[in-house]
Amino acid sequence: MRNHLPILLVVVPLIAAPACLLLGNRRLIYLFSLVVAWLTFANSLRLLATVLVSGKLRYNIGNWAPPYGIEFVADPLSAFVAMFVSGMAAAVLAYAPRLVEVEIPAEKQHYFYSLYLTCLTGLLGITLTGDLFNVFVFLEISSLSSYALISLGKDRRAVLASLQYLFIGSIGATFFLIGVGLLYQVTGTLNMLDIARRLQELEIVNGQGIVMLASTRTLRVALAFMTVGLGIKMAVFPVHKWLPNAYTFAPNVVTCLLAATSTKVAVYVLIRLIYGIFTLEFSFDLLPMRYELILLSFLGIFTASLAAIFQSDVKKILAYSSVAQLGYMVLGVNLISAMGLSGAIVHMFNHAVIKGALFMVVGCFALRLGSVQLEDWRGAGKRLPWTSFAWVLAGLGLIGVPLTAGFISKWTLLLALAQEETWFLAGALVVSSLLAVVYVWRVVEVLYFGQPSQKVLEAKEAPLSMLVPTYGLILVMMVFGFWTEYSLGIAQQAAATMLETATMLKEVAK
Amino acid sequence: MNTVQFFGLFNYWVVIFLMMVGFYMIIARHNFIKKVIGVNIFQIAVILMYITMGKIHGGTAPIVKSEIAQHFAHHESHEDDSHEHTSSDGSKAEEHPFVDTTVYSHPLPSVLMLTAIVVGVGTTAVALSLIVRIREDYGTIEEDEALAMDRAQS
Repeated sequence: MRNHLPILLVVVPLIAAPACLLLGNRRLIYLFSLVVAWLTFANSLRLLATVLVSGKLRYNIGNWAPPYGIEFVADPLSAFVAMFVSGMAAAVLAYAPRLVEVEIPAEKQHYFYSLYLTCLTGLLGITLTGDLFNVFVFLEISSLSSYALISLGKDRRAVLASLQYLFIGSIGATFFLIGVGLLYQVTGTLNMLDIARRLQELEIVNGQGIVMLASTRTLRVALAFMTVGLGIKMAVFPVHKWLPNAYTFAPNVVTCLLAATSTKVAVYVLIRLIYGIFTLEFSFDLLPMRYELILLSFLGIFTASLAAIFQSDVKKILAYSSVAQLGYMVLGVNLISAMGLSGAIVHMFNHAVIKGALFMVVGCFALRLGSVQLEDWRGAGKRLPWTSFAWVLAGLGLIGVPLTAGFISKWTLLLALAQEETWFLAGALVVSSLLAVVYVWRVVEVLYFGQPSQKVLEAKEAPLSMLVPTYGLILVMMVFGFWTEYSLGIAQQAAATMLETATMLKEVAK
Repeated sequence: MNTVQFFGLFNYWVVIFLMMVGFYMIIARHNFIKKVIGVNIFQIAVILMYITMGKIHGGTAPIVKSEIAQHFAHHESHEDDSHEHTSSDGSKAEEHPFVDTTVYSHPLPSVLMLTAIVVGVGTTAVALSLIVRIREDYGTIEEDEALAMDRAQS
């Protein structure tokens, strides 16, 4: 049973998704998918516990030995990402039913739950698979279901945003596929570990005589294609245009799920690619990827934070803030130190929790006020005290105030920058957090110091069934703000394993 | 690069050409249907790239010839009769002096592309159904017109 955990994580929601459509009753479908989501979360916790105790877990699908068969690999990093992805999916689903009733037409609700589980399948598949082509397939499973989920939004602009996301997302996925093809062309294998090993060992004959495979141009092109493709999927600065509209016009429940999980999974693939397949020397010495990505992440942090400050739609504020926060993760990945990498990994987790909580608050307001325009939220602090206070708490986390989880990740990144003695960048990181203060404060000011709008006067407090999951996530955020053994601790272990892989591969070459 | 090398890479030139055509269509066209066609051309370019890398010069389809299959089938049944179970590959090779000298093309890239085609069909289906809904809601399938309508509204 324990050995089958990696595959169970993917197979259970995959089978449950079509099974949802067979159950006739809406209530029943909801309960069924809720059970499946929490079961998946429980499985992922067990998987994480197993991996942390006994190390890497490899699972051959259909008992075909790799590299001929496809294998699933659970190491600390992938188990950690799978844990918070399934955890957030379970939490959002527990929060969802009231909003789904209001936001999604009755005849489409069973499709919603089915698509939700399909999306979860894709996201978990990406984290656990050890096969590069499989990553592409799962990437498309999760993307296609998220296009459909976004288009469930009531506003007609949701469909437009979804289609625009589809076009740019397909370009991203196809770019990734080109990269996989080029890699396969030179290594003859799709298994990640096998590719990594062969890149270090193989030599080829070209115009300059016998050279290492790793020094050929094909490989550089492959890495470039894959990085750009993943960059589109994770909405890194210059290719982030799809994200604000997709997040804004999607149903609130869908935004909660996507904001908390999908972009992080793309960051995970980037980490795996840079550290686990290509080595550090290749990614950062042969290609000047490091400086470009650090530059882009800082440009992203600043432009997106500034854009967030001037939005009048709260969902857009948070969407732009997501682009900015993603910059922090990409920054951490490219610092190469153990500290920087663990900062990036822990920020994936912390930001998933914080952004999930914030979008849940938005959902509560949307349910009671029927609007996500900042204008309509005026003076809600008195009429919806619990919901408003949840925004304040989660907002503090987003800024990175001490005693919240957001502080831990930003502090780790700051230490990593200090370690490299890049004081200019460290200063920029602090300044960028001040921008977050501005856009979080704008909403707080409207909530507590504005004259109540007409909509607020008619509204009452959000239902308990939605406040409890929201405060649950906020509690998680607070707890991991000072007790970091299971967030930063695991992230450090995951970073250490990834760096070990990188050095191990170097040893193989010698 | 001489002429022979240039034409030797003919398929790859086609791949790059198709890729750029598809890419340009996605970026430059306003009509959603044309954009979908662009996505398809873009994906087809990648499919052609994979198929090309699987093809070996002079190679045949990767299906074992019937006489070879028969030879091995016969040999295996013989082995079962005598209850000899040889586990190591080395000893087996000695028992099989028959070597298959046929050159086969690599089947794996083609198989991968079957999956990619399925993904492409799925993407196209989702895109077209979204376009149907845009047509219902906006009354147009031109991106700039739809965006202009949204701007006018807000």
